[in-house]
Amino acid sequence: MDFLRDPFGFVINWYVGLLSQFGLPPEVVEVIASLTGALVLATGAMLFVVFLIWYERKLIGRIQDRFGPNRVGPWGIFQPIADMLKIFTKEYITPDGAEKFTYNLAPILAVAAVLLLWSVLPLSVTVFGTDLNVGFLFLIAVGALGEVSYILAGWSSNNKYALLGALRLVAQLISYEVPLVLSALVPVMLAGTLSVVGLVQAQEIWFIVTAPAAALIFFIASIAEIGRSPFDLVEAESELVAGYNIEYSGLKFGMFYVAEFLHAFTVSMIFAVVFLGGWRGPAAEQVPILGFVYLMLKTFVVYFVTILFRGTLPRFRIDQMMNLNWKVLTPLSLALVMVMAVVGGLTRDLPLFWQAAAYLAVNIILLVIADQLIRLFQRKKPKQALAIRGGHGALTTSTKYGTGE
Amino acid sequence: MNGLQFVFLLAALVSLFSAVMVVSARRMMHAALWLVLTLMGVAVIFVTLQSSFFAVVQILVYVGAIAILIIFSVMLTRRVMEDHGDQILPGWRGAVLVAVLLFGVLVGFLTLWQGFSVMLVELPPDTDNVLELGKALVSPQEFVLPFELASVLLVAALIGAITIAVDRRKEHQR
Repeated sequence: MDFLRDPFGFVINWYVGLLSQFGLPPEVVEVIASLTGALVLATGAMLFVVFLIWYERKLIGRIQDRFGPNRVGPWGIFQPIADMLKIFTKEYITPDGAEKFTYNLAPILAVAAVLLLWSVLPLSVTVFGTDLNVGFLFLIAVGALGEVSYILAGWSSNNKYALLGALRLVAQLISYEVPLVLSALVPVMLAGTLSVVGLVQAQEIWFIVTAPAAALIFFIASIAEIGRSPFDLVEAESELVAGYNIEYSGLKFGMFYVAEFLHAFTVSMIFAVVFLGGWRGPAAEQVPILGFVYLMLKTFVVYFVTILFRGTLPRFRIDQMMNLNWKVLTPLSLALVMVMAVVGGLTRDLPLFWQAAAYLAVNIILLVIADQLIRLFQRKKPKQALAIRGGHGALTTSTKYGTGE
Repeated sequence: MNGLQFVFLLAALVSLFSAVMVVSARRMMHAALWLVLTLMGVAVIFVTLQSSFFAVVQILVYVGAIAILIIFSVMLTRRVMEDHGDQILPGWRGAVLVAVLLFGVLVGFLTLWQGFSVMLVELPPDTDNVLELGKALVSPQEFVLPFELASVLLVAALIGAITIAVDRRKEHQR
């Protein structure tokens, strides 16, 4: 029965017990168990990408009124495996004048930066890599390693387009980190902890209910962080050929590809953990495996929305992207942090329900004010207005602030 | 020697070696990349000191922002991407002397400080050192004044940067 309720926890306990039976000292057992856990988690995550690629291609296909992959296996589910085998057999090409060491280091770093994110995400009540007391900050800091890998890739390939693509991507990542961190402060304030496990435990009421504005900013900023459409300026084929990874071939390109897909999924999981209650759900604490199922369901809902974005929205121009960040998201998140702190202080003694209602009201008021301000600004100076109008009606829908004409 | 000491020695050696490489690398770009490694080594040293907050902030601020900005400015500066021959200037002996003197003075003053000789105390497992740090930063008995002064300084720097960056001529033309 124990196995059925919590298979992961059961296997971990069994494995640790098995190791200590060999007469190893407890520290060594802990080190070996952690290493095995990391290996299993990383391998599982990498293999999971195979499924993600199929899922995304299929969905995008349906959005564009095509079948998507449908030849290899039932519903084309083995297509990514065939692609993977193909990519294994391709030749590695190192361009002339490339920095060998950094050129090879960059794809490894890109995948590692994404896999590191999984080390602090709680997958269920009993299963998490480590409960770091600054886990949430760690999630954001590790993103910085990804930025370094893009710079390395772009610079060491000795190619103008790669360099331009990398500069553009990193400028985007650094800029959107500001509203990302600021909006992430709101759940941290609500929970009173930086630990990701603590964040999940604090969500008696999901944070998307108490702080929808923060969730919206966080979601937009995380889409920008993974460079997905409408923020996929890195892959602007007509301007940059293919961005920072243009010179990479074979498995090295595959690493970047895997990193991109896994990052998109991981970011959805972070959103689910921070704003949608993570593994929380009915009976999740008694039956830990249910928590894992809930988390996966929530993650896939968020991931589905990012794919919908990718399939339906056109690409931002770079000035539009920067304007959205610096003129809308950053001031809004700054205001949100201050307002939430004040409201939290004022409603400290109220019961949980009323406190949550106050937070919700304040969030909605703030969103409405932001929306009205943007409209006012656009009416006043139509020429140099926020570029989210930009003359392309379709773009406004993406921000939820525009009129959506 | 336990595992923690081994990790500390390794991190210290790596960061010292890459710090030397920062000043002796021939290409500016390599120096910037070595700097990234140095900063990460310092982050590991913070981890061995059990101050995970500083380790994470070190990576977030120094690797994620400052090192990237340095790389950007290296890339955007004309002609620094080329080789420039030997990086060691003729007056290096004087520089070494000043550096050693400065190091000696710093260590000398630090030994006068009573906290220098106190051994590290293991934190009890239930204390949240981030919480303690946050309280210390805003408590009037401790660091509220330096904290606020630093904030004012940063705001001033922000405004200064914007003032420099604004292109006044273009504003008028519009």
